Amino acid sequence: MSLTRPSPFVLEMNHISKRFGATRALEDVSFTLRRGEVHALLGENGAGKSTLVKILSGAIKPDQGQIVLNQLPYAPSGPLEGRNKGISMIYQELNLAPHLTVEENIMLGKEVRVRGFIKRKEMQKRVKEAMDFLHHPEISLKIPVKYLSVGARQIVEICRAILDEAKILIMDEPTSSLSQEDTERLFQIINKLKAEGVSIIYISHFLEEVKAVADCFTVLRDGRNVGSGKMEGVSLEEMIQMMVGQKIKDLFTRSEHARGEVLLSLNMLRGKNMEEKVSFKLHRSEILGLAGLIGAGRTEVLRAIFGLELIAEGSLQVIKKTVSKGKPWERIRQGLGLLSEDRQTESLALSQSIADNLTLSHFEPYSTLGFLRVKKRRETVRDWMGKLKIKSFGPEQCVASLSGGNQQKVALARLLHQEADILLLDEPTRGIDVMSKSQIYEWMVELASRGKGLVFVSSYFPELLGVCDSIAVFYRSKLVCLRRSIEWDAESLMKASTTGKV
Amino acid sequence: MKRRIRLQVIINWLAPFFGFLLVILIFSFMPEVQDRFLRVANFKSVATQSVIVALGALGMTLIIISGGIDLSAASNIALSSVITAYGINVGLPPLLAIFLGIGTGGLVGLTNGVLITSLRLVPFIITLGMLGIARGVAKWIAGNQKIDAPLSWVNELMAKSPHPSWLLLAPGVWLMILLALLMALVLRYTVFGRYIFAIGSNEAAARLCGVRTKRTKNFVYMISGLFCGLGGVMEFSRLTVGDPTVAVGLELDIIAAVVIGGGSLNGGEGSVLGSMIGVFIMAFLRNGCTMMGWPNYIQEIIIGVIIIVAVALDQIRHRRSA
Repeated sequence: MSLTRPSPFVLEMNHISKRFGATRALEDVSFTLRRGEVHALLGENGAGKSTLVKILSGAIKPDQGQIVLNQLPYAPSGPLEGRNKGISMIYQELNLAPHLTVEENIMLGKEVRVRGFIKRKEMQKRVKEAMDFLHHPEISLKIPVKYLSVGARQIVEICRAILDEAKILIMDEPTSSLSQEDTERLFQIINKLKAEGVSIIYISHFLEEVKAVADCFTVLRDGRNVGSGKMEGVSLEEMIQMMVGQKIKDLFTRSEHARGEVLLSLNMLRGKNMEEKVSFKLHRSEILGLAGLIGAGRTEVLRAIFGLELIAEGSLQVIKKTVSKGKPWERIRQGLGLLSEDRQTESLALSQSIADNLTLSHFEPYSTLGFLRVKKRRETVRDWMGKLKIKSFGPEQCVASLSGGNQQKVALARLLHQEADILLLDEPTRGIDVMSKSQIYEWMVELASRGKGLVFVSSYFPELLGVCDSIAVFYRSKLVCLRRSIEWDAESLMKASTTGKV
Repeated sequence: MKRRIRLQVIINWLAPFFGFLLVILIFSFMPEVQDRFLRVANFKSVATQSVIVALGALGMTLIIISGGIDLSAASNIALSSVITAYGINVGLPPLLAIFLGIGTGGLVGLTNGVLITSLRLVPFIITLGMLGIARGVAKWIAGNQKIDAPLSWVNELMAKSPHPSWLLLAPGVWLMILLALLMALVLRYTVFGRYIFAIGSNEAAARLCGVRTKRTKNFVYMISGLFCGLGGVMEFSRLTVGDPTVAVGLELDIIAAVVIGGGSLNGGEGSVLGSMIGVFIMAFLRNGCTMMGWPNYIQEIIIGVIIIVAVALDQIRHRRSA
C-alpha cells in the first residue's frame, strides 16, 4: 500500500484536452480547487469554460487528461455518476419539473420510500431543514415550481444540491437573470455553503460580482488556462487583460466611408420583450456594432425594430417616417432585413432548397399570376450564389446539407436579394469557418460603401473593432455607451460589457 | 402572492366539478325530461354505461400525465373482448378467460410502451399503428364475425340490476369505483406516481435526477393496457358476444374525458377525479340528449364544442399564470 502525498486540493483537473471536430475546445488545461473555496472561472464566450465544467460534471468525456477528486481518480460515465460523487451543476436552464412542487422537485430521484410509498413527513422534514439552512423559509414547499420566480427556482436547485450532499457546486452564470436583491441573497447562501466546506466553481461575466464573491480565479482563453491566482491581489483591469489578450489581428478590411443621412432612429424605444428603453441612430454607409454579453438584450432590440415584437413605448423612425406598429412583412417593404442569430430554426428553412430560401422574402419577380417562374428564379439564384461564393451542387440543393458558412451566406444573400437598405445582422459570423467569415466581412464593408446601413450584433470584440464604424455597448438591457470604433479597444469594450461602466 | 397561487390551484381543481354540475342542472331544468332524468334508475343506468369508458380513462390518465397518448385504447378493448369471448366459447373456466382478456390488453399496452421507448417514435404514431393492428387481429381471431359465448356469471358484471340486490349497482360499477380510488392513491402517494408526473413535466430533468424514464413509461402503457383489457371484459359482459367491431372511435371519448377533467396533452397535469368527472359529464350529456329525443349528431357536436372550450379555458389559465 503506497501512501499518497496529502493534497490540499479537493479537485485536480490535469492536462485536459477536448476537441469537437476541428475546433479545439480545450488544450492542455489544468485546474485545481480547494475545499471551501469559491473559484471563479473566467473567459470570453468560446474560451472553453462550459466544456471544462461539462467534463467535470460528467456530461462529456475528455480526449486527454485525468481528473482527481478527493485524491481518487474520477472518470464519470455520465452526469448521474457525477451527481452521486458529490458534483452538482446548476445550469441557466434549470432542471426542474414545472408541475411538481418544490419538495417533489428537490427530492426527485431520491425519495424516501417504503415499499414504493412515499414517506411524506420524513421528506418534508429534510427539505425544510435544508431550506432553513439557506435562510429561505418563505418558499412554500407545496407550490408547483412553475409559479416561482427565477431567483426562487435557483434556490430550489441549490437546495437539491445540498440534499445531494454536493461537495462541489458548479454555478453557470447564476446571476444573469437575478435582481439585485436576489443576487445579494445568493451571495449569502454561497458564504454559508463555503463555511460548510462546499467548494464552488463560479462562472460569470459580471466581473464586479466575481470580485466580491470569489476567493480565487482562473482565466481561460482560446481553450487554454492563461492565468490563475487569488482574487485579493488582482485588479479588474488585469483580469480583463488576461481574458482578452493581445489578439486583434488585421484580417478585417476596414475602409473609411463618410456616413450619410439617418436611416433608422430609435427614440426611447421599448419593445414588449425589452426591459429598458433604447435610443440610437443608424446612418447611411454606417456599420454600427452592438456589443455586450450574451443576454445583454441586443437581440431583443433587433426583434423589436423588425416588428417581431410589439412596441410598448417610444418610437421608431425608418428614413424619417415614424413607424410604430408593424409586422415583419411591412418592415421588409420599408427596406429592413433581419438575419436572426438562430440560424437553424429562424433564419433558414433547412429542408428547403437554396433557391427557396434565397427568394423567400422577395417572390414578386418570379410570380406570374401566382405561378412560380422556376427557370428565372434558378438563374437569378445561381447569379447570387456566384457573387457570394456559395459552394454547392446547385440552386436546388437542400440547405440542410450545406456547411455552416454556406448556410449563413444563403441567409445573407436573402437580405441582399430583397434589396434591404437597412440590414440587421445578429451574430452573423457565429460558428462558421474563417474563409466564410472574411467573405461576410467583405460584403458588409461593400454594402456600407454602397450606402446601406448595417446593425451588427456580435459578442466577439475583435470583429466589431475590425469592421464597425461605431460601436454601442449593452449591459443588462441598457445601452451604456455609443462611440466611434476608434475610441474603443478590446479592454474598454470588455469593461463596459461586464460592468456597465466606461 | 401565495394566496393568489393557492386560489388558482383550488380553482383548477374545482373546475371539472362545476362543469359536471352545469350539465346536471341544464337537464334538470328541462321540463320534458326533468322527472325522468333525475331518477335513481337513470343515474344507475348512466353509471353502468360509463364503466368501459371510465376504465379506459383511468389508464389514459396515467399516459397523458406522463406526456404520452394512446390512440389504440379502443382497439385494445375490442381485441380483449374477443379474446374473452373466445376463451369462454372453447370451454375455459370464465375466470381464466377473463384473465386472458385482461392479459391481452396488458400485452398490447406493453408492446406500445416498448415500441415507444425503444424506437423513440412519437406515441401518436406508434399507437396509431397499433389501433389498426389490434383491431385487425381482433377481426382475424373472430373470423370477421361476432363470437357467441354461453352465458356465465361474467355477464352479470354489467347487469343493471345486480343479482345480490344489496349491491345496488352492477359489480362492474363497483370495480370501476375501486380501481379509480386505487389509481388516485397510486398517483398521489407512490414514488411511481410521482415519477409519472415528473416525466410528463420535464423528462430531461427527471432523467438527470436518475428516474428510470424508459422503465416507468413501459409500465404506464402496460397498466393502461390492462385497464383496456378489463374494459374489453366488461364490453363482452354487456354484449354477451365478442364483437371485434365494438368501441370504434371510443378512444376519442376516453381522451376527451381526460382532457375535460384537466389533463394536459403536454404532460405533467391530470387527475383521476378529473377524468372520472369528464367521463360522467359526457355520459350525462349523451343521456340527457337521448332523453330529449335529439339525434345523435347533436350529441357529437355538443361534445366537440365542450372539448374545445375545456382545452381553451385550460390554455388561457396557463397563459395567465406563466
